[in-house]
Amino acid sequence: MRVAAPIIATVLTLIVGSILFAVLGYDPLATLSAFFLAPLNSINGLSELLLKASPLILIACGLAVGFRANVWNIGAEGQLVIGAIAACGVGLFYPDPESRLLLPFMMLAGALAGMAWAAIPAFLRTRMSTNEILVTLMLTYIATLFLSWLVHGPWRDPAGFNYPQTALLPATAMFEPFDYSYRLNGSVFITVVAVFAMWLFTDRSFLGYKMSVSGAAPLAARYAGFAESSAVWIGLLAGGAAAGIAGMAELSGPLGQLSPQISPGYGFAAIIVAFIGRLNAFGIVLGGLLMSLLFLGGESVQMTLGLSASLTRIFQGILLFLLLAADFFIFYRLRRIPEHA
Amino acid sequence: MDLFIAIFTGTIIAATPLIYAALGELVVENSGVLNLGIEGMMLMGAAFAFWAVIAGLPMPVAILCGALAGVVASLLFGVLALTFLTNQYAAGLALAIFGSGVSAFLGRGFGSAPIDALKRIRIPGLSDIPVVGPMFFRFDPMVYLALLLFGLITWFLYRTKAGLILRTTGESPETAHAIGYPVIRIRYLSVMFGGLMAGLAGAYLSVAYTPLWVENMTAGKGWIALALVVFATWRPLRVLLGAWLFGGMTILQLQGQALGLAVPSELLSALPYIATIVVLVVISRNRQILALHFPASLARPFRPAS
Repeated sequence: MRVAAPIIATVLTLIVGSILFAVLGYDPLATLSAFFLAPLNSINGLSELLLKASPLILIACGLAVGFRANVWNIGAEGQLVIGAIAACGVGLFYPDPESRLLLPFMMLAGALAGMAWAAIPAFLRTRMSTNEILVTLMLTYIATLFLSWLVHGPWRDPAGFNYPQTALLPATAMFEPFDYSYRLNGSVFITVVAVFAMWLFTDRSFLGYKMSVSGAAPLAARYAGFAESSAVWIGLLAGGAAAGIAGMAELSGPLGQLSPQISPGYGFAAIIVAFIGRLNAFGIVLGGLLMSLLFLGGESVQMTLGLSASLTRIFQGILLFLLLAADFFIFYRLRRIPEHA
Repeated sequence: MDLFIAIFTGTIIAATPLIYAALGELVVENSGVLNLGIEGMMLMGAAFAFWAVIAGLPMPVAILCGALAGVVASLLFGVLALTFLTNQYAAGLALAIFGSGVSAFLGRGFGSAPIDALKRIRIPGLSDIPVVGPMFFRFDPMVYLALLLFGLITWFLYRTKAGLILRTTGESPETAHAIGYPVIRIRYLSVMFGGLMAGLAGAYLSVAYTPLWVENMTAGKGWIALALVVFATWRPLRVLLGAWLFGGMTILQLQGQALGLAVPSELLSALPYIATIVVLVVISRNRQILALHFPASLARPFRPAS
């Protein structure tokens, strides 16, 4: 029954969406098809679907490890930004730009930087019992400002006509697209590995089991001697590493350089993906594809109907609302209480 | 002296949206509910109030529109968290994302022209006293309303029976239910009050503080308000002091940028966020203080056993 809720929620989101379009004065069927079908109508559309789903799934896998243990990392967006910054630093300043090691080093830098950014809330939560929700979120604002400073200041491309962006990375620092007509590139394999690794960890490892116990039943976990602090550390570091690598993959994939705005909110959307996927590796894959379609749909209706791409965020919110509501009807059975019983 | 007055009044004004949002959340959390969606409710309040001004409605009505948008938004959260017993963190996050989407969607039609900001009041005589006049008697009415609400909320929570019941609901909903109080209804009312206050906070931002539409104009103020409630250990007076502290930081940062300090403007802009973390660390290091004041049932769903 656990899989029913996401499906119900998706269908209901479509219904609410068509009502919304009708209220706004658009033909609901035409708009829905522009939102959800048009993006999938071409090879390029499918390539974009996977390209956007990849970071969402990757980050959601990392976050879900934490969410299972009740560790609320909602700052993946900031960890993604820091990961991209570190990777870009390696890509721009590595002494040998022809080296084939450049890409692996960048990935390592992205992962480590994301982990370092996530280590701050982990340290503060375990040592100072500071709430990680607010710390991860504040660090996201700080990371974005840091990025803005870098691209406006020290890392600005001197040959870039004063645009706030870094120089383009050398070809060796980029993932090669499968086909130069489309943007999809080899970094999707990182996501495939991450999904498998997450499945192994959560479903097949003792450590993953211990973390699930400390999330579901903290007192039982303490009684069994599972340390809460290690769950916090692992949960946050997993999310930080995944988001950092996702940032690197965005940089070495579709972006090619840093600018003040490098993510359309993947870090936040991945939270929803993790929930839609029931914190389960394969559920997250489906959730990530759905969320990616929401991003594409927003762009599609913006181009074809002139509607705002912020519809994506409205749909994301509605989807999560409805998912949570659907859970209620699945986990509880309603019964009528006789009057004055 | 002029600089001092500018910093002082700037601080009071910058603190006002935080006072509204944080006092609202304080009441919500005292009833045992954690609504993380303040940012979304503020953005909806800001967007609807701004829309009402553009539509030519009078200013008080526009502010009311913002407040009502906050209430409606809070009900989305309330139904999930209170009737459907969902995880309150997730429901609040959904509200934050939804609200930012709705406000961005509405705001697309607002254009970039500024509107006539909420007028500041002038009290004949008082406003003209040197120094004291500009420092205390030349604000817009919402600044005074925030202080009035602070007084009312403090009185309500600690001096009325209804306030005691609300706090009992937060400490032990089982007890409140056993005595016969409608826990869910009380929590609904407090969540709606939180929405009203967040809506007012947003309205203040868009029609008074920066009467100009900017997407995501709250810039994390909703989250800072959440942190303020923790910093204040769930007590109104400390919310007020904390809001002034943060307001002061915002103004010093703006003054610093205006004076052209040899510091990157991004670093100055990051100060409120850094300060939030520091303040949270300082206050949560002392577990005893938190344990003493923390509403014991915070964020725990309650289902009356009937």
